[in-house]
Amino acid sequence: MAQSTLAQEPQVKIERSAERVTAKLVGQWTSEHAELVESLAAEIAAEADQHHMILDLAQVRRLDTLGAWVLDRTRHELGTRDLGADFANASPEQQILLDEVAYRGFQEQPKVRRSKAIDFLVDVGESVAGAGRDLVGGIAFLGELVSALIRMVLHPRRFRGTAVVNQLEQIAYRGVPIIVLISFLVGCIVAQQGIFQLVRFGATPFVVDLIGILILRELALLLTSIMVAGRSGSAFTAEIGSMKMREEIDALRVMGLDPIEVLIAPRILALLIGLPLLAFISSIAALSGGGVTAWLYGDVSPDVFLSRLRAAVGMNTFLVGMIKAPFMALVIGIIASLEGLAVSGSAESLGRHVTSSVVKSIFMVIVLDGLFAMFFAAIRY
Amino acid sequence: MLDRVHPPIDRNREVVIRVRDIEVGFGEKTILKGLDLDVYRGEILGFVGASGQGKSVLTRAILGLVPKRAGTIEVLGQNLDELSPSERRLLERRWGVLFQQGALFSALTVKQNVQVPMREYLNLSDRLLDELAMLKIEMVGLKPDAADKLPSELSGGMIKRAALARALALDPDIVFLDEPTSGLDPIGAGEFDELIATLQRTLGLTVFMVTHDLDSLYTVCDRIAALGEGKILAEGPIETLLESDNPWLRSYFHGKRARAAMASGA
Repeated sequence: MAQSTLAQEPQVKIERSAERVTAKLVGQWTSEHAELVESLAAEIAAEADQHHMILDLAQVRRLDTLGAWVLDRTRHELGTRDLGADFANASPEQQILLDEVAYRGFQEQPKVRRSKAIDFLVDVGESVAGAGRDLVGGIAFLGELVSALIRMVLHPRRFRGTAVVNQLEQIAYRGVPIIVLISFLVGCIVAQQGIFQLVRFGATPFVVDLIGILILRELALLLTSIMVAGRSGSAFTAEIGSMKMREEIDALRVMGLDPIEVLIAPRILALLIGLPLLAFISSIAALSGGGVTAWLYGDVSPDVFLSRLRAAVGMNTFLVGMIKAPFMALVIGIIASLEGLAVSGSAESLGRHVTSSVVKSIFMVIVLDGLFAMFFAAIRY
Repeated sequence: MLDRVHPPIDRNREVVIRVRDIEVGFGEKTILKGLDLDVYRGEILGFVGASGQGKSVLTRAILGLVPKRAGTIEVLGQNLDELSPSERRLLERRWGVLFQQGALFSALTVKQNVQVPMREYLNLSDRLLDELAMLKIEMVGLKPDAADKLPSELSGGMIKRAALARALALDPDIVFLDEPTSGLDPIGAGEFDELIATLQRTLGLTVFMVTHDLDSLYTVCDRIAALGEGKILAEGPIETLLESDNPWLRSYFHGKRARAAMASGA
């Protein structure tokens, strides 16, 4: 086997006579021997002197487009150096192939080169403009969503109850176990660290105040929002994005259906209902985790825990967390749908938009939470 | 229309695809049962059959994308079941496939799509890689400025051509075409048929073409195989199929559309 491959490798034999140089080509001039074909062609070009060159194909056993292309390119290059070259003894099939691939220069696509500094400035400028566009797009989208919701209120038959319930199951019901689990664990961790610090002041029971306020005001909602952004926001972007890629969104439009009404409103409504419910469940789970830890590490019995909790936490503490929940849901829903609708043809674009949907949602959830913290502090709620 | 001389069937010609007694099914359902088929070197075989009869399934079984339950498939004299993974890779670079929807990689430009198999299998200089990709793109009749477009920016006909350029990237011996002219307008379809015939002559390809296009069958196919009830109902040049008295074939080849194609094609 090895010997026969050797015998098939392309070779060149140069013969010189008074008025011409003949390059006898032997073997397989095919893509399997691409490197050899190219270097032999360069050799042939180097052999040419003032004489006319004949490329003799009589002993070529196989020729494919690569071989034909390289040979014709060589012939063409010799021509431009005012050294004519011609093929000889090509079989009819080889001649068809040579004619078909006939060398022509392909225009190099112009490559734009810029300095790194300018590139950097362009990047910065583009991302600032992009952020501005996102903001305007988000507000415009909110407007479209609200008008779709109003139309639904005016024409209740257009309200898609089944879709909302289905989304509610996906977003809220199926998210319960994981949210309960992480909230419980975070409650434990916060309580444990709190006890370690407070025990030095002999103020262990105050851990109940600490976790009660921290969890109800901030932690439960943040955990839930981040989890929902990762779980449902990404799914939401991927669903809408792949529907966009397969022209399903266009199909809805031409049927006279509004994609916002059919696809997006039910999901955002489900988020608006589901996220507060999940945040409530998360609060309870985190408080239970904190209670268990306080009992084990700080000897705070469940009775004491509950009575201290009642004293420490007012209705307003609970409401601060709950009021924020629908806003988080709206932010997650709008970002996820906008990113989904921005998906263009490629699979890569889908991936990019799903990633950016999750990253942007989590970022915005945290920024919004900060703004709310400042707001509630200012009004002393 | 193209003037093609149908080569006579010669039982001594080299068989490049030999399917014997193959059985393919999914779950309870058996799609192909005891099917035999030969494809000879250098011919264009048209493969017809009603929708859902398993044309694509047979193609995919030959390509190894669908498992078969029984039977043997030999491609270029090698039994696909007996190949080691490395032999299989060697074989796979000798065939090219044009999928029905093109199956171009959506994140890559047309040129990069054509270069994927070249980069994978061949050791080419950058210059040659670019030139060869452009050559293939021109050979299938695309304009050079299509080379840097993404698949999502192409029309249906351009996607087919770009996918054909990718299928031809490695100068394969066999090309599988899954409904190459579906979704093209009649003029575009006619041009595509001509392109396939030209490339077949230039590159000495063997073409296995699943098609519903009667014009394609009349103008470019050397031989036709008709699939039905999990078997080959009839095979041979178009005349043989026209004479068949199988009811499905009769209505397929003697329907209104068929008569129009015959009038314009043959």
